Amino acid sequence: MRRPVLAFLTAALIGAGASAAARAEEIVLPQKHWSFEGIFGTYDRAAVQRGFQVYKEICSACHSMNLVHYRDLQAIGFSEDQVKQIAASVQVTDGPNDAGEMFERPGKPSDPFKAPFPNENAARAANNGALPPDLSLMYKARKGGADYTYGILTGYGEPPAGATVAEGMNYDKYFPGHQIAMPPPLSDGAVTYADGTKATVDQMAFDVSNFLAWTAEPKLEARHLIGVKTVLFLIVLTALLYGVKRKIWAAVH
Amino acid sequence: MTATTPPGFKNPIIRWIDHRLPMFTYMHHELHEYPTPKNLNYMWNFGSLAGFMLVAMIATGIILAMHYTPNAGLAFDSVEHIMRDVNYGWMLRYIHMNGATMFFIVVYIHIFRGLYYGSYKAPRELLWLLGVLIYLLMMATAFMGYVLPWGQMSFWGATVITNLFSAIPWVGEHIVTWLWGGFAVDNPTLNRFFSLHYLLPFIIVGVVILHIIALHRFGSNNPLGIDVKGKQDSIPFHPYYTVKDGFGLGVFLIFYACIVFFAPNLFGEPDNYIPANPLATPAEIVPEWYFLPYYAILRSIPNKLAGVIAMFGAIVLLALVPWLDRSPVKSARFRPVYRYFFWLLLGDCFLLGYCGAHPPEGWYVVAARLGALYYYLHFLVIFPLLALFERPLPLPRSISEPVLKGGGVAATAAARALPMEKA
Repeated sequence: MRRPVLAFLTAALIGAGASAAARAEEIVLPQKHWSFEGIFGTYDRAAVQRGFQVYKEICSACHSMNLVHYRDLQAIGFSEDQVKQIAASVQVTDGPNDAGEMFERPGKPSDPFKAPFPNENAARAANNGALPPDLSLMYKARKGGADYTYGILTGYGEPPAGATVAEGMNYDKYFPGHQIAMPPPLSDGAVTYADGTKATVDQMAFDVSNFLAWTAEPKLEARHLIGVKTVLFLIVLTALLYGVKRKIWAAVH
Repeated sequence: MTATTPPGFKNPIIRWIDHRLPMFTYMHHELHEYPTPKNLNYMWNFGSLAGFMLVAMIATGIILAMHYTPNAGLAFDSVEHIMRDVNYGWMLRYIHMNGATMFFIVVYIHIFRGLYYGSYKAPRELLWLLGVLIYLLMMATAFMGYVLPWGQMSFWGATVITNLFSAIPWVGEHIVTWLWGGFAVDNPTLNRFFSLHYLLPFIIVGVVILHIIALHRFGSNNPLGIDVKGKQDSIPFHPYYTVKDGFGLGVFLIFYACIVFFAPNLFGEPDNYIPANPLATPAEIVPEWYFLPYYAILRSIPNKLAGVIAMFGAIVLLALVPWLDRSPVKSARFRPVYRYFFWLLLGDCFLLGYCGAHPPEGWYVVAARLGALYYYLHFLVIFPLLALFERPLPLPRSISEPVLKGGGVAATAAARALPMEKA
């Protein structure tokens, strides 16, 4: 009775493994080293700030970031004054005022990042029918995280022989299906970094991926720090409990 | 369960209260002197761990509910508000979100421990049934909780699972509309799921209390699966098992903390960080890992109604185990054949889970069908047949003197006599 069942299961397992290998080509993302990975990981402030610059000057032309506020930028090393300045560089619609009218005013640190389009229809109309997704959670909303965003931004190129790319679409070797509506957003020297870092496509993709990781997981550093303390505490507590347990049980064994 | 001897509390306030409301006597009786077999191994830690998880989930959940907004237009952002703006909100949410995973890990080990050591056999059938009921309530609670963040997987998971009821002939469609509160998963669905997600844990608390009352009627089973014969076989619950459970809790919390603080999204789907969109179906709709074996059984049958019946039947079989397993020997230690089938069932559940996580195509379908077939065979054929054909090993005479020379002979004869009488 037992043997045939085992044989069946073994056969089924081998079959499952083989079909997994044969399934539609898996996209292998580039594996970059990210400073925020690992239990002691922290954000590379300089890279995140540069990434913010890339987002502000390039990505934000089409992509919103509704969950992040200007005030949050203090966490990545901007001073209060710098944050006020950054916020004040955009005009936001507020109101209604006492006369019942909406009005424009400079942004405040308490405002969320200003979205490029007033609504989804406007965003689609300006982008050939495609909707540029909100980037606040992009790092957590895609398999691969920062490797994925980095891959997409550096994966543009000529389609290989045999691959067809529809009208208005672009070839990207790391995008699922390889056809992406977003035209290549980065080009060498597209931004000028204040710290003198050379703004290559690779560098900008790396920096903006760092920034997107921070926008998705702004509490990561606190989480890692509290985590290490918690686990150390628990290890000591558990060791003590083990000692007490041994002592109490000594007579029973 | 009435207190036999007053424990004689020294504190006059406690004595005053206890005289009028004997809750201290009750606690002393059930938690302190409650006699427990002295040979319980670490597999017996998971009941108290499950109790801990229930309390942890309710505590974090109540605080999360203070900041969460159950509205289809606001739910997603309110969860992100908790993650970003509420003090330690990220911690509460990650503890709660991963708490579901931890709760199910603990409960699955608890269930399989019961299966291995025959904890469901007379006189503990009702104890087992109450456990299955808790498990069902947990599944309903977890499912509705997963819907609350209103991400893509929340929305599409809710759509797929509620649609299962449409397989019921004649009234299925009406039931689904009634469940949704409309003609699609939408704001009314989210509202009622939130309400029920808050209610069900307290019903679980009630059933857990019944579970413990039923447990304390005959006490814990033990790794030998034989009855406690006298005082020499048992020890008071406190301090022996309180400290042992405390140590186990420490080990468990280290694991739990590592997930919460260092890999909080390990068990989650990235798609659930995309706001729900009724117009865009995710490439693959996958339930949470703890439902995957059932999902595999559901999809292994091409007919929708039959699939749904097979899936719910898998849980019903679990409830029927005390009557399907007729062997008089409880512990698999003394059941040389059952022991192997136990591991086979465990492996089968992993296989089903693996298939459930992958699209139903090619070999996954074949493997899932074989897995589902074995699951049913295990409960409906193997359990009853083993009772007839298995020759159990000699049972020790008592917990205190396991496998002494000569002591086993009489017990062996007794253990063998029963199956032969039946045959």
